[in-house]
Amino acid sequence: MKYVDEYRDATRARSLAAAIRAEAVPGAAYAFMEFCGGHTHAISRYGIEDLLPPAIRMIHGPGCPVCVLPVGRIDAAIALARDPRVTLCTYADLMRVPASRGTSLQKAKAEGADIRMVYSTLDALAIAAAEPEREVVFFAIGFETTTPPTAVAVQRAQREGLTNFSVFCNHVLTPVAMRAILTTGGEDAVRLDGFVGPAHVSTVIGTAPYEAVSAEFHKPVVVAGFEPLDVMQSILLLVRQVNEGRAEVENQYIRAVTPAGNQRAQAVMAEVFELRDRFEWRGLGWVPLSALRLRAEYARFDAEVRFGMETPSASDNPACECGAILRGVKRPAECRLFGTACTPETPMGSCMVSSEGACAAHWTYGRFRMPARRAS
Amino acid sequence: MCLAIPALVTELLPDDMARVSLDGVSKVISLALVDDVAVGDYVILHVGYALTRLDADEAERTLELLDEAAAAHLAATAA
Repeated sequence: MKYVDEYRDATRARSLAAAIRAEAVPGAAYAFMEFCGGHTHAISRYGIEDLLPPAIRMIHGPGCPVCVLPVGRIDAAIALARDPRVTLCTYADLMRVPASRGTSLQKAKAEGADIRMVYSTLDALAIAAAEPEREVVFFAIGFETTTPPTAVAVQRAQREGLTNFSVFCNHVLTPVAMRAILTTGGEDAVRLDGFVGPAHVSTVIGTAPYEAVSAEFHKPVVVAGFEPLDVMQSILLLVRQVNEGRAEVENQYIRAVTPAGNQRAQAVMAEVFELRDRFEWRGLGWVPLSALRLRAEYARFDAEVRFGMETPSASDNPACECGAILRGVKRPAECRLFGTACTPETPMGSCMVSSEGACAAHWTYGRFRMPARRAS
Repeated sequence: MCLAIPALVTELLPDDMARVSLDGVSKVISLALVDDVAVGDYVILHVGYALTRLDADEAERTLELLDEAAAAHLAATAA
């Protein structure tokens, strides 16, 4: 596939790996966080860690929307879906996320709730138009990549006079989460030398929003594409920045990302959404100004307002280490549920559900490295 | 979640929509978030929406930079 295959080329990957090994200073320790779950997946799938010298450690970040959504929000969505008037439309990733009392959207669907998987907000709009007697609610999650499509759907529903469509908004913001990780102190503090910055979030917001975080905490950020060569080239750029004492925002993904981002998408988001005072994240807790809600002008499309939804906090399984894994403090294999009670078939925590969750990526690909590593 | 893939625009449709080809698989997507897309362009497709146009020149330049990094390494090890 054009624009994909050439960034998976093995010959180039070997040369890049050699360049990284040559430039990483022996004895130094480089700790880089790939913020985005897409990168976590790529690093695991293509075995990139095996190509890196021992001096470089990759830390998985919280950029997996399914992973960071707290249980309370999923409980609220399930409660809403059990309302006989409601059709809840959701991206497939959310279906199997464990909610309170052993339930999930999938189990609620099996018990009769009208929950439908959609590929796009356009599909949810089509359902609302075709079934005017149903209250169609779109379960909106995701970072800035997935937010503009929700905003477009709300505007389109308004334009088309759809009165039975609303959105349960859980959209969250990337630069704020980066800051939250860097300001976490105490025993939860994670030592980081730089970020592999998100690919498609940055197509929307551009590279400029990372400047403040990078400068304030003196951490390099390299925005990277999702293919293995993109990730490796970005690691090389991070190594160079650290070696030279620089902390700049660089853009490796120049074929899709500009400094200013997609201004049309930003305008649509700003028109429909506003900042929440605070929002709860699994792993990061309550973070101020870290998420979006619908503006008052669009209140009739806001499911939380329309249905008077309550979203009380709820606890994760106490044995589940998703929180610490999302902060980069623990690795999946350090959780005692990993691979025993918790597998992708029977996930106990959200990080095992989505293919880009750190635990699912490690289970699917990374665990096969473990014996070799133990032996070495 | 933020996975998005390059798609070739094959036909512009009314109401800000377009038909794209994903390695031969045809799909109708929304162009509501992008400006000035033409048939023959590649766009980055995410949950049914084009997020941005893919810049063919910058894509080529990325590959050149990759090869440069490798060449520099080879030169250094040969020296």
